Amino acid sequence: MARFKNGVVKYFKDNIGIIIALLAMCVFLIIFPTTRSTFLTQKNIFNILRQNASNLFLATGMTMVIILGGIDLSVGSVIALSGCVAAGCVVHLGMPEAAAFLIAIGIGALVGMANGLVICKTNIPPFIVTLASMNIVKGIALVYTQGAPIRCMTDAFKFPGAGYVGPVPTPVILMLLIFVIAIFLVNRTHFGRHIYAVGGNAQAARFSGINVSKVKFWVHTFIGIMAGIAGVVVASRLYSGQPTAGDGAEMDAIAAVVVGGTSMSGGSGRLGGTLIGVLIIGVLNNGLNLMGVDSNWQYIVKGFVILLAVYVDFIRNRKAGR
Amino acid sequence: MGEQYLLEMKGISKSFPGVKALSNVNLQLRAGEVHALLGENGAGKSTLIKVLGGIYHAEEGEIWIEGQQVNIDGVVSSRNAGVSIVHQELVLVPYMTVAENIFLGREAGGKFNIKRRQMTEEAQKLLDTYEMHIDADTLVEKLTIAQQQMVEIVKAISFNSKILVMDEPTSSISDKEVGFLFDTMRTLTKKGVGIIYISHKMSELEEICDRVTVMRDGQSVGTRVVKETNKDDLIALMVGRELTNYYTRDFQKPGEVILKGEHIADGKMVKDASFELHKGEIVGFAGLVGAGRSETMKAVFGLTPDMKGEVYVEGQQVHIKSPIEALKYGIALVPESRKEEGLYLVQDVQFNSTIEVLGQFIKNFRVNYKKEEEITQKYIDMMNTKTPSQQQVIGNLSGGNQQKVMIGRWLATDPKILILDEPTRGVDVGAKAEIYAIMNELVKKGMSIIMISSEMPEIINMSDRVYVMNDGRVTGCLDHEDVTQEKIMQLAAK
Repeated sequence: MARFKNGVVKYFKDNIGIIIALLAMCVFLIIFPTTRSTFLTQKNIFNILRQNASNLFLATGMTMVIILGGIDLSVGSVIALSGCVAAGCVVHLGMPEAAAFLIAIGIGALVGMANGLVICKTNIPPFIVTLASMNIVKGIALVYTQGAPIRCMTDAFKFPGAGYVGPVPTPVILMLLIFVIAIFLVNRTHFGRHIYAVGGNAQAARFSGINVSKVKFWVHTFIGIMAGIAGVVVASRLYSGQPTAGDGAEMDAIAAVVVGGTSMSGGSGRLGGTLIGVLIIGVLNNGLNLMGVDSNWQYIVKGFVILLAVYVDFIRNRKAGR
Repeated sequence: MGEQYLLEMKGISKSFPGVKALSNVNLQLRAGEVHALLGENGAGKSTLIKVLGGIYHAEEGEIWIEGQQVNIDGVVSSRNAGVSIVHQELVLVPYMTVAENIFLGREAGGKFNIKRRQMTEEAQKLLDTYEMHIDADTLVEKLTIAQQQMVEIVKAISFNSKILVMDEPTSSISDKEVGFLFDTMRTLTKKGVGIIYISHKMSELEEICDRVTVMRDGQSVGTRVVKETNKDDLIALMVGRELTNYYTRDFQKPGEVILKGEHIADGKMVKDASFELHKGEIVGFAGLVGAGRSETMKAVFGLTPDMKGEVYVEGQQVHIKSPIEALKYGIALVPESRKEEGLYLVQDVQFNSTIEVLGQFIKNFRVNYKKEEEITQKYIDMMNTKTPSQQQVIGNLSGGNQQKVMIGRWLATDPKILILDEPTRGVDVGAKAEIYAIMNELVKKGMSIIMISSEMPEIINMSDRVYVMNDGRVTGCLDHEDVTQEKIMQLAAK
């Protein structure tokens, strides 16, 4: 129990900057006249969580990839493809929804494996490999759907994205579940330590007897699975597989990771920070919407907030001498 | 009024938050001399040099050059005052040519029409003057580390400086190239240039330096004329106490053969290497840089994909395909370059200490943090590593302490055979002596050690037997009783 307490204290200490930023945003939205009545309602909070579940899945995987010293740009396209495949399996092939979801997640895993394989075997930088697969996967989704959404309105299909378990939205439950699994994977397994080792110094990891290729392969597979799950949740929430879903999702995920304090140069980073990063971006989007800010302007605001958040963290770390 | 020095630094003090890095440091450099700056890591040598180079600003103290007080407040004013510095870490741009690097920031011609050919010619002239066989038109990334070092030196010289500072220029170059470097230095001193020379290698001091200033804990503790002093005196000044036994070694009767390599080749640098290691032995591997010593051991350790030859562990032939398998057979290898092959620089001491032995404290999604701490502490104590805490980021430790953490990490795997590749490179004298003492303890307890080293004294004093390699082949083996520097050099050049 004492260790649990220490862990919580350490968590707040590590992430104090972004936690304050998040709280400040919330306090502002609770006080601000146009959002006062709507922001702090159960409906709105669940809404924020539901809308950002897919970003959390992506950002969880992205944190690992970035700690590894890499990047994955293909996850947005995977959302589109896996969502379309899930809807297509139900609508065109008459498969049960559960099987369709598994196939969709499997497709995400396959894309991840393919990325991992190419990165390990060719040594082409992950940025370029996943930039290519981003286009390829997106193209496959467009070809498969011929550019039109596949609507699917069954209750079972709506469950993972739009459904509820008791009063709680299903994606919120999924979010917690997957995040806990990821935390265990990163902090409490050999594999987790190996990710940090490979990202910190791949050459040294080889000398330490770590199978560098294997670590890279499985991390990319993991983020592929995460993107597949995100695809299912998004398609379910929209009642349809859409070939344009997930456009730019990879950038939101990367933004959440860096706002969460993970360094783009690899070797260090925290999943706990990523969670806050996702929430900051989620609350920001929500707040701007509630305030009625024009969606074109929202991009500009979001850009500056990301820059500011990372800059503050950077200054703080430099002061701490890290 | 006393003698007029080329450079005089008087009462220099410099603090960083929480640390007094320099306190009342004095240094006098004469024209035409090579003046060594000696001290353990963290003694303040680099800080002093950075003050001279205008990278740091001293809070107190004066700098006089040729009788004039100068105000150095930046890199440019330092350079204008006639100071050039060859830093320890190379700062060349790899994708530019040698000539472009030498004239970086002061290219010939205007801003928009750089005269490439003129630059190349001038650079080549400089290189030829100092008999460096380097083509000014090659890309720096194609050069060896030693050649890059030479380019750095030419670049520094090309500023026509009166004062040249060299920070450990020989730490990664071979003996032959060191000879070259020394010739260049002599040419320069004849022209009246004063050279400040930072090195950990005592033998170089006698060969090239005229006087030596010793630093300890941010202070200058004494200046000596090299010819009138000796190694023990200097070491005592450096560590502040007498080091009675620099090399600790109790030779014992070795046991049976524990590791045997036969006709090892890697298709590249290693052509035919055979050797034996007995239980309780320290076996040295000597030779010039590029002789294939490290590569032989990497092949044994499973890091070479198409390795040929046979390896026997305790009489059994083994086929080691990866470091994981090597560790299973009880073989550990502490690599040569800490920063590239060893350390996870952004991680803390704990992470760096335990990465090989995760199985001892991470099981079934549970981390036994207490155990992790115990393991880390055990090897901190054993190696006498100085670190403020286990959570200290390892990049902030001194070279000696980094090395100790690395050796500790591999000792934690409880190896029977420990391969140390240049275990004391960039390590200060005090830590060196400690590492020797630990090696001695380990073999007394039955471990067997292979030590690759380019430092003759440690090879000669620590090894039961010395294998000498040249051009990928083992050219001879010398017993402790008859090993001498001359014999090693003969075999190394065979």
